[in-house]
Amino acid sequence: MPAYLIDMTMRIPILPSSEITPESAYLDRRSFIAAAGVIGAGLVGAPALGACAAPAADASQQGSLGTPYGLQPYDQVNAWEDVTGYNNFYEFGTGKDDPAANAQEFRTKPWTVKVEGLVSKPGDYQLEDFLKPSKMEDRIYRMRCVEAWSMVIPWRGIPLADVIKRAEPTAAAKFVEFTTLYDPQQMPGQRARVLDWPYNEGLRLDEALHPLTLLVTGVYGKELPNQNGAPLRLVVPWKYGFKGIKSIVRIRLTSTMPKTAWSTAIPSEYGFYANVNPEVDHPRWSQATERRIGQFRRIPTLMFNGYADQVASLYSGMDLRRNY
Amino acid sequence: MAPLGGLARQPRGFGVVLFLAALAPAAWFVYAVLSDLFFGSSYLGTDPVKAAEHGLGEWTLRLLFATLAITPLRRITGWNWLAKHRRTLGLFAFAYVSLHLLTWALLDVQVGISEYVGWADVKKDIFKRPFITIGMTAFVLMIPLAVTSTKKMIARLGRNWRRLHRLAYVVPVLGVFHFWMAVKLDITEPGIYGLVLAALLLWRAREARLAKASAAAA
Repeated sequence: MPAYLIDMTMRIPILPSSEITPESAYLDRRSFIAAAGVIGAGLVGAPALGACAAPAADASQQGSLGTPYGLQPYDQVNAWEDVTGYNNFYEFGTGKDDPAANAQEFRTKPWTVKVEGLVSKPGDYQLEDFLKPSKMEDRIYRMRCVEAWSMVIPWRGIPLADVIKRAEPTAAAKFVEFTTLYDPQQMPGQRARVLDWPYNEGLRLDEALHPLTLLVTGVYGKELPNQNGAPLRLVVPWKYGFKGIKSIVRIRLTSTMPKTAWSTAIPSEYGFYANVNPEVDHPRWSQATERRIGQFRRIPTLMFNGYADQVASLYSGMDLRRNY
Repeated sequence: MAPLGGLARQPRGFGVVLFLAALAPAAWFVYAVLSDLFFGSSYLGTDPVKAAEHGLGEWTLRLLFATLAITPLRRITGWNWLAKHRRTLGLFAFAYVSLHLLTWALLDVQVGISEYVGWADVKKDIFKRPFITIGMTAFVLMIPLAVTSTKKMIARLGRNWRRLHRLAYVVPVLGVFHFWMAVKLDITEPGIYGLVLAALLLWRAREARLAKASAAAA
């Protein structure tokens, strides 16, 4: 296939009229340049993406989406339909469109979050009380799935560090364990033993306290849709997406490395750290490049998903090939 | 046994209908993926490349199964005229696997298209990743079957043709393994293909045993 043909491959589907809502000010294009600050900056070496890329949004629209973190000059925020229609959330089915189809009846109110383990101030919180002391932030992050596709997503949430500090971890606390709701009645995917339910994830305490690590309650300035992990999920932008555990009911501080769902299921393919790393292949595919959802051409995968400046020091001296 | 439904002969137009039916999914996937990528439609959802790649792979398996189902169907229904359509189905399976491979190489891996992907990456995929190695083996084994599918080749190869075309049992086994190993965790779908294939192969094994037994009795 001639290269010039591929250069005109940005997909810009028309938004169905049913989607046009008052919020559609920033939804009326499938995707657009998100970060005014980075447009034109350091274009040298940027991948040649589509020649007919969607037009950039004006400044007011970008403001409504949030602050860009670690975006590349060529990064464009993915469309609402991409972010909310293409999900890995096995509790609602293993197909990418299963969560959007099966999670609509999921009840997220009321919602209780338990903070426990090696903390001075454990507690059971109603979600509203849990979130109230922190300031909500809108942040645009890159998201890299371990399956070698990626998106750019405008999240809304609070730094995880806020809630952990509030709980006052004891000196023995070294890790944080997260657990998803277990409710096969509401989560049909849990009726089949695909993973060892409930889904659990973990971070080292320093990773959990890192300012980039977010507890997310919204996307695109709106409440998180159920298929995206409502009402509370984790987002760790330098790690593969499966670390972003959804529908969290428990946060526990521990002294030992917690078990995590995917590394328990297939330890040879998924590790505890799961840092995005173009040099360490998944056994079944290369992680050197990725396909950005909504675009045709592959882009290079960046070390720590483009957040190396902020997080590489967390792993200095570690063999990242062994600690995948 | 009397042919089921009195269909001792092929209904008129059957060949054309079968041809169009076998062609339709490929035509749809090629149209839909190109339209989604280049003209902004959304027939195949958020990731049209994966949808087309997987769809064409699954249709390859279905067509391979269809070729294996011809003989049992003839036995059950008495529609012996089905036999001559096996070649059509087999060649369609080859066309589908070729499109599956092209979709993988050009649209997914993007070798020769993306400046970030080289032939070395493809070589690594083929030789270092077992599920791709197995899929590629299945494809390579289908080449001699397609090439020797003409009447001329059947005549020329004589007895060896039958031997060579026993590969038609090996290829779908490799194909199902390839599918099985490609999925992340949920093996429901490859499991279903595996069960259908097992049924088709077991039927063959039973036929072979019965034939042997009756030969011994004679």
